[in-house]
Amino acid sequence: MTTSTPLLQVSKLSVAHSDIEAVSEVDLTVGEGQIVTVIGPNGAGKTTLLSALIGLLPSRGTISVDGEMIERPEIDRMIARGLSLVPETRALFGPMTVEDNLVLGAFRRRRDAGFDRAKALDDVYARFPRLWERRRQAAETLSGGEQQMLALGRALIGRPRLLMLDEPSLGLAPLLVRELFRMIEGLRAAGVSILLVEQNARAALRVADYAYVLELGRVGLEGPADVLAGDPRVISAYLGRGADATRGTSFATRHEIPAR
Amino acid sequence: MNGQIALMLGQDGMTSGAIYALLALSIILVFSVTRILLVPQGEFVTFSALTMAAMQSGRPVRLGVLVFGLALVALAMDIVAERQRHRRWTVPRTSLALAAHGLFVVGLGLSVPFDHLGLLVQIGFALLTVVPLGPLIYRVFFQPIASAPSLVLLMVAIAVHVALIGGGLLIFGPEGARTEPFSDSVVQLGPAIIASQTLWVIGVSAALTVALWLFFETSLWGKALRAAAFNRLGAELVGISPVFAGRTSMTLAALIGAVSGIVVAPITTIYYDSGFLISLKGFVGAIIGAMSSYPVAALGALMVGQAESFSTFWASSYKEIIVFTLLLPVLLWRSLRQPSVGDDE
Repeated sequence: MTTSTPLLQVSKLSVAHSDIEAVSEVDLTVGEGQIVTVIGPNGAGKTTLLSALIGLLPSRGTISVDGEMIERPEIDRMIARGLSLVPETRALFGPMTVEDNLVLGAFRRRRDAGFDRAKALDDVYARFPRLWERRRQAAETLSGGEQQMLALGRALIGRPRLLMLDEPSLGLAPLLVRELFRMIEGLRAAGVSILLVEQNARAALRVADYAYVLELGRVGLEGPADVLAGDPRVISAYLGRGADATRGTSFATRHEIPAR
Repeated sequence: MNGQIALMLGQDGMTSGAIYALLALSIILVFSVTRILLVPQGEFVTFSALTMAAMQSGRPVRLGVLVFGLALVALAMDIVAERQRHRRWTVPRTSLALAAHGLFVVGLGLSVPFDHLGLLVQIGFALLTVVPLGPLIYRVFFQPIASAPSLVLLMVAIAVHVALIGGGLLIFGPEGARTEPFSDSVVQLGPAIIASQTLWVIGVSAALTVALWLFFETSLWGKALRAAAFNRLGAELVGISPVFAGRTSMTLAALIGAVSGIVVAPITTIYYDSGFLISLKGFVGAIIGAMSSYPVAALGALMVGQAESFSTFWASSYKEIIVFTLLLPVLLWRSLRQPSVGDDE
């Protein structure tokens, strides 16, 4: 963990869906070049948390990027600050070609004179050669794994500071899941900071530097990923034999974690 | 009926079909980007036709008043919205520019004797007056309810349409009008005699269709609009704002309607309330294209034009009924082909 200002610092973030508080008082930090994961059962508020961070949902609390508090986190501002979200649905432009999908990924950079679109496109193709082979194909004709690659590529082409991934392994075959997590590690090696939301806790904890367990909208546990992977409660709820990620038990009290 | 008459009717059908095709494209565009069924599409056609007629008969162009009025409302709404967002008073530049533009068209429209100026100047001024209505109508009536259910959007669209017809009656009066053709020449094409205005309509429609196609296929802005139509969440996540997409699609719709009005005004008498039937026929084309396929919709609209033209000959008093009855087999066919789907809300 670096001692400099964290890339993303969230404190006491709450999000309410009509009357129900889906996320309450969440504190979360992502350092530069880190993979931070948020694990937890279905309905814990993980997707809501990401939606609030990118500005799709209104929230209370504070969100700071590079130490600067964002006063009204609205989507255009969050994107301008370099946050990028790959949603669970991937939200590709189905009938458009792979290349058009990628080019539109850099839409926010359209007035940015220092941004070389051709170079950025080449970089994405270099990282995902499969997309280059399929560049003239409609996005909706790709396989699930290729679509996930395209969604990653579209999010990466605008060179985000923080990439937020919502359940990227969902619906992928085990072999592809392994490949996906290798890619995610590769991105960290290339300097991209990542906030990863996953139900596949085992895989997520393996690649992450730091982890949060979200349950019923609150952070139940947090800590370095390897420490958390060894925590008996995490093992029994999310990793142990027969443990089902969709059926985590709740931790009644917040667990004290040694300072990072 | 002999060959000569069939050729004439075919030509007529082609002309109106070309216009319906343009309107169908525009209706699909706005619907797919914003979920708004643009009932007032026809008003862009009538307003530009009547504006041209007013200029040519030496009357002042009063439509600018509506543009200016809407621009002032939009400006006020933007200032309030900015105030709520940033807790400080600012005047957004685009809405200020639109208001200034509104003042400009009011001033010119009321003072310049356009009947002494050339056709190109008249066309230019008609476009300058009608096209801003697109983004302004979006800003004032639709942007505040952009995420409302489709049914609410439809009701507002109908209300806007009714209000615009009322405005049209106040601004242009109840008389119908026809403008001078672009040129009086007649073209002999084999056995057919074709009025040059017919060629203008078909040529302009074709050129506009190609231009739109190029815009959507090759330009970043065009691609962004298509993307917003295909996946709203995806578009928002890459920074294509729904407001931008809505405003741009409505601007294009107004442009398409205005151009259509300018080219058809010399061949049909247009009244303040003619817009509804015109856009309804474009809508039939759009339905044939299932509100999503541009080429099928264009083809459907061309068929509507032919059906209308030939039924005018055989049963002129039933022509509208015949055209709209065409919808029934299409809808039946569509409903049989498609599995039933739930409401989109």
